[in-house]
Amino acid sequence: MAYSVKVLDHYENPRNVGSFGNEEEGVATGMVGAPACGDVMKLQIKVGKGGVIEDAKFKTYGCGSAIASSSLVTEWVKGKTVEQALDIKNTQIAEELALPPVKIHCSILAEDAIKAAVADYKKKHAEQAVP
Amino acid sequence: MFAPVYFDHNATTPADPAVVDAMLPYLSLQCGNASSRHEYGRAARRAIDEARSKVAAALGAHASEVVFTSGGSEANNLLLKGAAGCLKPGLLAVSAIEHPCVLRPAEQLRKRGWTLHKLTVDADGRVDAANFQAVMAAQPRIVSVMLANNETGVIQDVEALAALARAAGACFHTDAVQAVGKIAVDFRRLNAAGVQALSLSAHKIGGPKGAAALVLDKRLDIEPLIAGGGHERGLRSGTENVAAIVGFGVACELAVARLATTAARLLALRGRLERGLQGLGATLFGQAVERLPNTVYFAFPELDGETLVGQLDRAGYAVASGAACSSANPEPSHVLQAMGVAPELARAAVRISLGGSNTVDEVDAFLATLQATVRRLQQLTAMAV
Amino acid sequence: MLKLPIYLDYSATTPVDPRVADKMIPYLVEKFGNPASRSHAFGWETETAVEEARAEVAKLVNADPKEIVWTSGATESNNLALKGAANFYAGKGKHLVTVKTEHKAVLDTCRELERLGFEVTYLDVKEDGLLDLEVFKAALRPDTIVVSVMLVNNEIGVIQPIAEIGEICRAKGIVLHVDAAQATGKVAIDLTALKVDLMSFSAHKTYGPKGVGALYVRRKPRIRLAAQMHGGGHERGFRSGTLATHQIVGMGEAFRLARLEMGAENERVRMLRDRLLKGLSDIEHVYVNGDMEQRVPHNLNISFAYVEGESLLMAIKDLAVSSGSACTSASLEPSYVLRALGREDELAHSSIRFTLGRFTTEEEVDYAIRLLHDKIGRLRELSPLWEMVQEGVDLSTVQWAAH
Ligand SMILES: Cc1ncc(COP(=O)(O)O)c(C=O)c1O
Ligand SMILES: Cc1ncc(COP(=O)(O)O)c(C=O)c1O
Repeated sequence: MAYSVKVLDHYENPRNVGSFGNEEEGVATGMVGAPACGDVMKLQIKVGKGGVIEDAKFKTYGCGSAIASSSLVTEWVKGKTVEQALDIKNTQIAEELALPPVKIHCSILAEDAIKAAVADYKKKHAEQAVP
Repeated sequence: MFAPVYFDHNATTPADPAVVDAMLPYLSLQCGNASSRHEYGRAARRAIDEARSKVAAALGAHASEVVFTSGGSEANNLLLKGAAGCLKPGLLAVSAIEHPCVLRPAEQLRKRGWTLHKLTVDADGRVDAANFQAVMAAQPRIVSVMLANNETGVIQDVEALAALARAAGACFHTDAVQAVGKIAVDFRRLNAAGVQALSLSAHKIGGPKGAAALVLDKRLDIEPLIAGGGHERGLRSGTENVAAIVGFGVACELAVARLATTAARLLALRGRLERGLQGLGATLFGQAVERLPNTVYFAFPELDGETLVGQLDRAGYAVASGAACSSANPEPSHVLQAMGVAPELARAAVRISLGGSNTVDEVDAFLATLQATVRRLQQLTAMAV
Repeated sequence: MLKLPIYLDYSATTPVDPRVADKMIPYLVEKFGNPASRSHAFGWETETAVEEARAEVAKLVNADPKEIVWTSGATESNNLALKGAANFYAGKGKHLVTVKTEHKAVLDTCRELERLGFEVTYLDVKEDGLLDLEVFKAALRPDTIVVSVMLVNNEIGVIQPIAEIGEICRAKGIVLHVDAAQATGKVAIDLTALKVDLMSFSAHKTYGPKGVGALYVRRKPRIRLAAQMHGGGHERGFRSGTLATHQIVGMGEAFRLARLEMGAENERVRMLRDRLLKGLSDIEHVYVNGDMEQRVPHNLNISFAYVEGESLLMAIKDLAVSSGSACTSASLEPSYVLRALGREDELAHSSIRFTLGRFTTEEEVDYAIRLLHDKIGRLRELSPLWEMVQEGVDLSTVQWAAH
């Protein structure tokens, strides 16, 4: 399997690996995938005032492309509002990392992880918003 | 003791030094299994891919049309049984002078419900046109005619035969094991004329034994002969013989690069040899038609071929009697019989097949030895009578 | 200095031993004759070499040279054995029995036979990879004509109870084929004692060249086969085609060396393998696949839990190892052999097959141990599954958002 330079870079030096405490202020978690399918991604975002994502962390069980996709996404979502984060599309991820066709599902999973994290944020936020 | 002279290049050839050099790294500690994903495996895979491209380029084929096998015999078996497996049993036509590795599989297919027709040849060993057309009218499903015969060296007009066969709805294969490296063989051109598959073998062209190929038009469906792992696009399973395949690639490349000069040299040598033989009173087979530049097939009536060949071996000349590719077979050559040669004369047949290393001196010395040997044997025969 | 990547994939293929290569090369150049050429010394010389090699192959497995048929490899041997016997004995019945953990060369051939109207039973193995003899006996039927069970498994290295299986088959008059591609030079094989009728060999798993193998075909009692490759009638009609002398000579020499050296070599390799196992066993959640007793000395197949296979292979690219079945894998599917052991995907593990060999050194093993410690640790740091397990979550209770 030939990996692109960018995949290798993210794989060798993954950005923002780790976890936030789930109870931390503004933290939301998206967990997608299944072990049986060979990949599980956990993306966490830390959302500040005005719905801006201040920080992001990930952990991924999966191939090099899955690790790279999730690492890349943590960089991309930072500084974006949660709504803007939802605009990140798997095609952009795949293009940036030059993923081969057999690895496109990794970028789809990364997009799903963003959606799941944002959904979790909205759920928690909605709960808090109700007086 | 002087080194014996090798005049049996249609049986097999020595590997070219450049071929051996190319193979050595793959007979060392470095070589992986081409199916492995690590660097050792990938290096083996790259070597195979490169060889595949070389074989394809030598034949004007596309790399994806080359299926590697363990030998020419396997390539012929694969094509015949493989194509038959994808078709409804019907009529199968192969020439009567094919190599046993075409004839025997064709006969086997009878067990699977096929009808076999052996196409007749004329006195020169060329496929008989009238018979061929008559058989085509019966709409065979598979037709196989060799490009050049291993015993006589006679070349068939395969393009014309393929066109007729295709027009009749048959698929067409040619065994080019003896032709490659001796005459120009262009798969694209043959394919355009209707040839859908072609067999060649490394050890006949200065490559190693153990590698060969079936060049296959991908529109022709065949099923594999050897299952288990799905190598070679599922058409031939088994761990690839990396070293031999690499050697095969280089041999093909060299054979094409040297074709023009080699053929001219061989033709000159063959002319010299034939003139000498005629001077000694030998009968030459297939002489009236186009033949491989390296092959001479002759007989001294009344002299047993085996005996003559044995005497020549003792005198330091390696030549063949009848078909040398197959195991000991006391029957007179099926090729000569198909040409209508009387069994007694066929039993006298001797084949000389020249190669790149043979020289004028060798030919001249051989003729002198032959003359003495033939005289002696003729005297013995005369006394015995 | 270590040469990287370190080759630990001796079951995929072995390097050609330099002593073997030295023997082979003259047969490419000076001694190039066609062994089927009966009319001159070039042919006789190579025919003699072919027969000497045949005797060497026979000697390693205590067979008669006349019982050895040359082929292009164990894949072809397996095809010839199974299709050849099934077709020849089809009049007696149409049922075959084999095992789910066999090599593709057996399984794919059985699939082909099924398409041709034969019926095949694929037996499960126990959790340790070994065949349960009671299960085996129960699968035999009056119309069973052929059984195929491998001697040594290529992925997990376990040794099947062939002696017992042979007794059972012989008593019932069933032809027993054994794929011994992975066994030569690793376990002693005595075909005068074993009641095996057909046995497949490959040179390139035992320090010989690729592209040559052999099939043992028993003469007493005589086993018959329908040939699969027809032509000049080589190999007494069992297998036509020009014999690749240099390769055959290589196989003969490789098997001769195996016979002379296997005792000492297996002890050395077993020590290295045990060193590797010991070095890895202090990593948490590692599992050995396959029985450790009934096993060849050079194989170690380990599952590392909560680490994904492809990323692990990427992380340890300085080790040339294999995961899944090396003989075909282009994609990284979970190995059917491990699945047959009941090692399910749910464990979310990746398995690595380490196979050591003649040229493996202690230094290489130690390097591998250090590298694995480091990389497994790193990948687990990255793994959400590992995190959950550390937090005490039972993964089997998690509802995964499968996609
Ligand atoms: C015309 C022809 N076809 C096929 C073969 C078989 O090829 P191989 O020796 O590679 O099996 C030979 C020679 O043996 C041959 O002369
Ligand atoms: C158990 C087993 N049988 C058969 C084979 C196929 O042998 P070959 O590579 O010689 O075709 C292999 C390896 O590839 C194997 O491990």
